[in-house]
Formats: sequence, structure tokens, C-alpha cells
Amino acid sequence: MNIIVVGLSHKTASVDIREKVAFSPNSIEKPLRELVSLEGIVEGVIVSTCNRVEIYATTRDIAGGIARIRRFMADYHHLAHDLLDPHLYSYHGEEAIRHVFRVASSLDSMVVGEPQILGQIKTSYGYAAEYKSSGIILNRFLHKAFSVAKRVRTETRIASSAVSVSFAAVELARKIFGSLNDKTVLLIGAGEMCELAARHFLTNGAKGVMVTNRTFERAQKLAEEFNGEAIPFEELFLHLHKADIVLTSTGAPHAIITPPDLEEVIKRRRMRPMFLIDIAVPRDIDPAVNEMDAVYLYDMDDLQQVVAANLEGRMQEADKAEAIIAEEIIQFYKWVGTLEVTPTIVALRNRFEELRRAELERTLAGWKDAPADAEKRLDALTGAFMNKLLHQPTMVLKKAGQGNRNDLYLDALRALFDLELGTTDTDDSLELEE
Amino acid sequence: MTEISFYLTLALYGIATLAYLACLLRTTPCQASIARRILIVGFLTHCLAVIHRFIAAGHLPITNMHESLSFFALSIVGIYLYFETRYKVNSLGSFVVPFALLITLGAGLVPTTIKPLNPALQSAWIYSHTILAFGAYSFFTISCAVAVLFLIQSHFLKKKHLGNLFLKLPSLDILDEIGYRCLAFGFPMLTVAIITGAIWASRAWGSYWSWDPKESWSLITWFIYAALLHGRLTTGWRGKRAAILTVIGFLIMLFTFIGVNLWLPGLHSYT
Repeated sequence: MNIIVVGLSHKTASVDIREKVAFSPNSIEKPLRELVSLEGIVEGVIVSTCNRVEIYATTRDIAGGIARIRRFMADYHHLAHDLLDPHLYSYHGEEAIRHVFRVASSLDSMVVGEPQILGQIKTSYGYAAEYKSSGIILNRFLHKAFSVAKRVRTETRIASSAVSVSFAAVELARKIFGSLNDKTVLLIGAGEMCELAARHFLTNGAKGVMVTNRTFERAQKLAEEFNGEAIPFEELFLHLHKADIVLTSTGAPHAIITPPDLEEVIKRRRMRPMFLIDIAVPRDIDPAVNEMDAVYLYDMDDLQQVVAANLEGRMQEADKAEAIIAEEIIQFYKWVGTLEVTPTIVALRNRFEELRRAELERTLAGWKDAPADAEKRLDALTGAFMNKLLHQPTMVLKKAGQGNRNDLYLDALRALFDLELGTTDTDDSLELEE
Repeated sequence: MTEISFYLTLALYGIATLAYLACLLRTTPCQASIARRILIVGFLTHCLAVIHRFIAAGHLPITNMHESLSFFALSIVGIYLYFETRYKVNSLGSFVVPFALLITLGAGLVPTTIKPLNPALQSAWIYSHTILAFGAYSFFTISCAVAVLFLIQSHFLKKKHLGNLFLKLPSLDILDEIGYRCLAFGFPMLTVAIITGAIWASRAWGSYWSWDPKESWSLITWFIYAALLHGRLTTGWRGKRAAILTVIGFLIMLFTFIGVNLWLPGLHSYT
């Protein structure tokens, strides 16, 4: 049995292609059923997110299976095969396993290390399990992928740093204030970035929000949205000392907060630190305030540099993650190996036994004056002969099953003796293994 | 027995130091709890060594350089373990534990023989005076480590240099809180230690205050920490300059404790 992967992602297809082949989770049952009814496809899982659409399946016939799934993806969405095909990638064997482990560990994501993908694969797997399109191999395979992703997450720092500007601001605030629970955020001016950052601070525990704007109505509207307090712009310096975190993004042509302004504020705050984030261009806060003792000022460029450095750090951590994945692939291969060996041995013995029985019956049927114990003796003779003959190949196969070079033996045996492996055999063998 | 526990302690502090430093410097996540467990075992063997020496000598073992240094290290480790448990700041250990190791090492290098107690020290006052002084010294040691971390973190934040070390060290607010707690515990202890010392001096030497070098330097130490605490309580004084003064206060305290004994002979020289 082979694991194959067919799909496309943000790396191979633009969004207008991706949205055409997306599978809606509301009607995932139909494609799953169609997938596993394809000729040669035994199990199947469909993962469909905004950045990738992938099908994981098991098949005996690698080339045929991949071709049929490629066609299925185009046909199901009524797309021309030629249009979709250049965007599709397909993997089998070790490459397929590596690909899925990497995707689950978020190494293949647009933002490396982002945490959503694992949850999305888990959900997709949940559908496949619910509609019984995944079986023993994919079950085991995906659970392994989840545990690999968990290992990568705990053993590397791939997801430990913020890679968006507003998250970077929250992380920095944590390094200044520890907990954000009793901290107040002040928004000066409006702007998408500013609001997004304020929202992040609130979801991370900030106590309250104050909003000020040159047009008071806008401040009121925004304050209402955040369940906060609106402040007239002229009274900014009467309230500034209450804010621990200040976000500014006004359209003012020159700085609205300067070191002399802050001196009084710092005194009123009893020198507790302040975190100022200036998102405006041109800047709203005089950069000189960063020299003041209790003031930490970050502008847009600073935050973007933090994000860039974090991204670079993630890339370095990705190397460690690849090593973990390589290790896990070997382990998983061992299991797949043993999975294949037992039914092959059983089939091989059955084949020999079948031949032996047939020949035994034919010999006895044509032997007129056979002694009474002829059948018993012949049975013992051929049985012993067969066992001796099969002993060595069985040992070699069992040994090969522990490594990952057993395909060669198994394929050769199947071809030489025309062995048929039923799926029920696979089930039995799995119970044996477990 | 005392020697065995003492050298075992030394070895454990050494391993704990390596573990804490590894946690700080390695870029991969690591088990800080291992370092902590080693330190706890070291702390327990250290307690055992001190208790054993107490029984062997028949008096509190803080009457010579070896005993003083050993007791100092013990109380630093004890107080540090409290703060680590309370605030989950294992990165602080990377600074405090090596210092405790150095002090213990120093204790191992000076003569360890038990001498009969100097008649002047045979008094119940020895307990309150010395234990309080050592408690204060240990709190000030930790407040210095915290101040150094504060200066490092503040520097990183100002210069926007946010590397691995920055990520590992605690937040400014937590450092500030631990530092303040150390001051709030250490300063009253030092004050009472000086007062009990004066009372004891009047009984033993006939005068409350004799301007012995130890007394004078203790007073200087007291003034520095008094200034820090006063600033904090009146104007909320904290931040970079307060941290620098904390470090200076610690250096003077260290001189009061060790330097005076080594270089300035006076009434407090018993080594």
C-alpha cells in the first residue's frame, strides 16, 4: 500500500485557481465518497484551506492513483484538465510523508510557523473519519503527522515569535509590563493598523481603551466599538498619564508629543514605564522621547524590523524542524514496512499451500495401488519441503520489514508468484502488529 | 560529614550554575525545572552542612570567614528559590546562582577549622544581629542581580535589539517588583541588624557606636538603601538611575561584608 499526495498550494497556484478547486466543508461528504470510489484508491482525506487544497490517499497503483486523483480534482470542479494540471504537485512514498509532515508542522505555510494549519488538517481528518473515507493507514499517518507537528512546536522555537506588526507590539508590551491585565491603552487618531493593534491588546488582556481624535464624533464612535472612553483632543495631556500603552496614527504634519510634554506625565505616573507606538507617517511622537528613562518608543519601522528579524529566526528554526521530520519519517516507514510484510508472507504461504494441495490430490487420484499411509507420508514430505523452502525467504522478509528497503523484495515476490493481497489481510496484519 | 555535605553542595551549585547558564544561552526551549531541582537539592545539602556544623561547634556557624561565606550563600539560594517559585523567573538564576557558587567556592578556599567561640560573641544577640544582617545582604544581592537584568532589558528595549537573551529575560515590571520587594525586606532587616548590633555593642564593648570600619561602612550602605527606598515611596523613583544606585549599593555592601574583614582591621575582625 502506498501513500500518495496530490494538491496545490499558494506556492503553485494563485488565489483565483485555489478558490476554484476549494472543497466546502459543508458538502465534503460527496467528494470524499467519490474519491474513495475511484479505481485503485483505498482511503482518502481532503484538506481544503484558503492557501492549499490537497488530497491524501492510499493506493496500490501509484502512477494510476495519482493520475486518477489529478483528473478527479479537475472533473469534480468542472475545470479543464489542462488548466489545472500545471498547478498540481503530486508525491508518493517518502516524499508524500515528508510533505504532509511539513505541512502539518507549518513549514510549508505562507507564514512559516503559523498555528492554524494544524487545526485545519485535524478538522479535515475529522470529516474523513466521520464519513469513513480514511482507514488504518491514513488514520495512523495523520495521527503521526499531528504528533510530529507537536514535536516541532515544542522542540523548536518556530512559532514563538510574533510575525505581524500588531502581534509584535503585544509581545513587546509583555516584555515591558509582564501581564497586560491592569493596563490601559490610549488610541490617538484612527486608522486600521491602530485599531487592529488596539484589538490585539484587548484580546490579550488589556483593561481598557481610551480614544481621542481631532473630530470628537469619530473618537466617540470608536470608543463605543471598544467599549472605552472618548476624550476630546484638547484634553489629551490631562489624560495621557493614565495610559500605559499609547498608539498614535494622526495625520498631524509634526510631532504632537515631545519630551517636555512627557516629563510631567512621567512624574504623575510615578515613573512607571510607558510604551509608545507611533504608527503615523510623518511621525506623531518626537523620537527624542525614547531617551527618557521610563519611556519606550517604537515606530512603524522599528516594529517592521522586529517582524523581519522574527521571520528570519523562524527560518533558522525551520532547519531544526526538518531534522525532526527526517527522524520521524524513518520511524513511520518502519511501521509501513511491517504493515506490508505480513500479508505478503501470508499470501506467499497460501500460494505454496494451494499448489501443494493441488499436486497432492492429483498424485493420489492417479495412484491406483497406493499404500494406506501414502497420503499421510506424502503430506508430511511436501509439507516439510515447503516449510524448509520458505523458511529463508520469510526470515529475510521479516528483517527487511524493519528497514525501509523492503519494497524491492515485496514487489519482486508479488510479481514472481503472482500474489494477490486482499484488504482484509491488511486489517488482520495490523491487528497482529498492534 | 560536614565536609562531605559541603563539597556535595559545592558540586551541586556548580552543576546548577551550568544548567541555568545553558537555559539562558541555548536557543532551543529547555527544561528550566531541571536546573531548579538541582539547586533545591544543593540547598538541602547546604542546610545539612550548616546544621551539622552548628551541632559540632555548639554555636551558630557564622563566626569566621568560611562560616560567614557559607551562610551568606545559603541564604542567597534560599531567598532566590522563593522568588523563582513566586515569579517564575528562572533566567534570574543564571545571574544569582553563579554568584552563590562563587561565594561557596570562596568559603571552601578559606580555612574551615572550627575554633572556640570568641568570648565577646557569646551572647544571644549573635542570633538576631547576624541573621538579620545576612538576610539583608542576601536580599540586596538579589536586588542587584535584578537591577542588572533591568538595565540589560531596558537597554535592549531602547536600542530595539531584541535577540535571544531579550526573549529569555523577564519583563521590566516583574524585575521592578522583585527589586522593590528585596528592598522592602532587606532595608528593615539591615536597620534592625544595626540597632541590635548597637545594643549588643553597648553590652559587650561598653559603647553603642565606636566608628569601627564595619559600623561606618554599614552606615554608608544603610544610607544608600534608605535613599532608594525613600525615593521609591515618595516619587515612585525607579528605572535606570535607581538600578545603577542599587548596583552601587550592592558593591558597597559587599565591601562592608567582605572587604572590611579582609583589609580594615577593627572590632568586627574575628577571622
